Amino acid sequence: MRDSNWRILTRPLIDDNPLTLQILGICSALAVTTSLDTALLMSLVVVCVLALGSGSISLMRSYIPHSVRIIVQITIIATLVIVVDQVLQAYAFELSKRLSVFVGLIITNCIVLGRAEGYAMHNGVVASTLDGIGNGLGYSLILVIVGALREFFGKGSLLNVQILTPTSQGGSFEPLQLMLLPPSAFFIIGGIIWYIRSKRPQQVEEPEFTLRRQQPESK
Amino acid sequence: MNALFELLLRSVFLDNLALSFFLGMCTFLAVSKRVGTAFGVGLAMLVVQTVTIPLNNLIFTWLLAPGALAWAGLGEVDLSFLRLIAFIGVIAAMVQVLEMTLEYHVPKLHRAMGIFLPLITVNCAILGGSLFMVERSYSFTESVVYGFGSGLGWALAIVIFAAIRERLKYADIPDGLQGLGINFIIAGIMSLGFMAFAGMG
Repeated sequence: MRDSNWRILTRPLIDDNPLTLQILGICSALAVTTSLDTALLMSLVVVCVLALGSGSISLMRSYIPHSVRIIVQITIIATLVIVVDQVLQAYAFELSKRLSVFVGLIITNCIVLGRAEGYAMHNGVVASTLDGIGNGLGYSLILVIVGALREFFGKGSLLNVQILTPTSQGGSFEPLQLMLLPPSAFFIIGGIIWYIRSKRPQQVEEPEFTLRRQQPESK
Repeated sequence: MNALFELLLRSVFLDNLALSFFLGMCTFLAVSKRVGTAFGVGLAMLVVQTVTIPLNNLIFTWLLAPGALAWAGLGEVDLSFLRLIAFIGVIAAMVQVLEMTLEYHVPKLHRAMGIFLPLITVNCAILGGSLFMVERSYSFTESVVYGFGSGLGWALAIVIFAAIRERLKYADIPDGLQGLGINFIIAGIMSLGFMAFAGMG
């Protein structure tokens, strides 16, 4: 049975999220989330590249020889990323400086290649584009949550609008410096995974070893 | 000399690619179940990183940087927008060459690295290392040191991580955290540990 288009679009949001379940694209997700605006921009860029990349690879899927497919896919993705990078440098220079190398790293972001290889090579253009958008949105969802949490607790602001006044300016909010440092991103994503999996127990991984249940003592 | 040594320490510990820039995380989480395999990947990463970063540095300085083509009489050409595609090409080619050389001359090492060598091509830590090299405008010597140091740092991180995971499989972990969840938390704690090196230097 073929999935309906709506299902293709929404499934990667929670049920098959690229970050928390497929372990794809974690590299860039953690580094750009110190504030909400970089997280949003990065999400936008990834959604565009994923949708266009999956769509165009799917369009060419019957012409790509099997043995060189990875190189072809990487070239297509790299071209898209270069275009996006140039556009960003032209219209959002400040933000693109803060994203630094991570726009370029979308090329090796496993989500894009993973979806191209795993989905777009076997499915039609419309379905592949929707799959690209869906996975991009699933990625964005996590990115935005992490970005918002880190910016709010780390600086007391959201989208650079100060919400809580920090103690240094006479307010009562003590900024949590740890939130701006790398470890917090790991902890927050770990927490999100825990939350999702306690709501969706079918995602829980089987442990390699389990404690043996104790036999009830006979009296 | 001192500055180079400082750069080496910095790239191994404080600017650790895996734990403070989150590069190569996919590989980091996926192939760290056993110390043995982790060691293989780490070694592959170290070798590829040490070779590609200086090579990309040469290519960038002599071909791609603004004004780099002055030796060919094309002083005003700026090809730096091609760097992403050029670097990825160099990395893929280097990995291929390296694999063939190793298979021929050092079959033992080649077997130790196994499947991980080709996989390194799509590891963001390698491309990331090259891009950081451009962004921080390292000289050639610095890029050799940085390549070696960042590779070593990544290898160190994944071996430690794998060792912790090997122990952890006997632990009784809450259902929702089993597997990926707890791995993130460990990586976070390790990252805290590596940040303690910030005082050095």
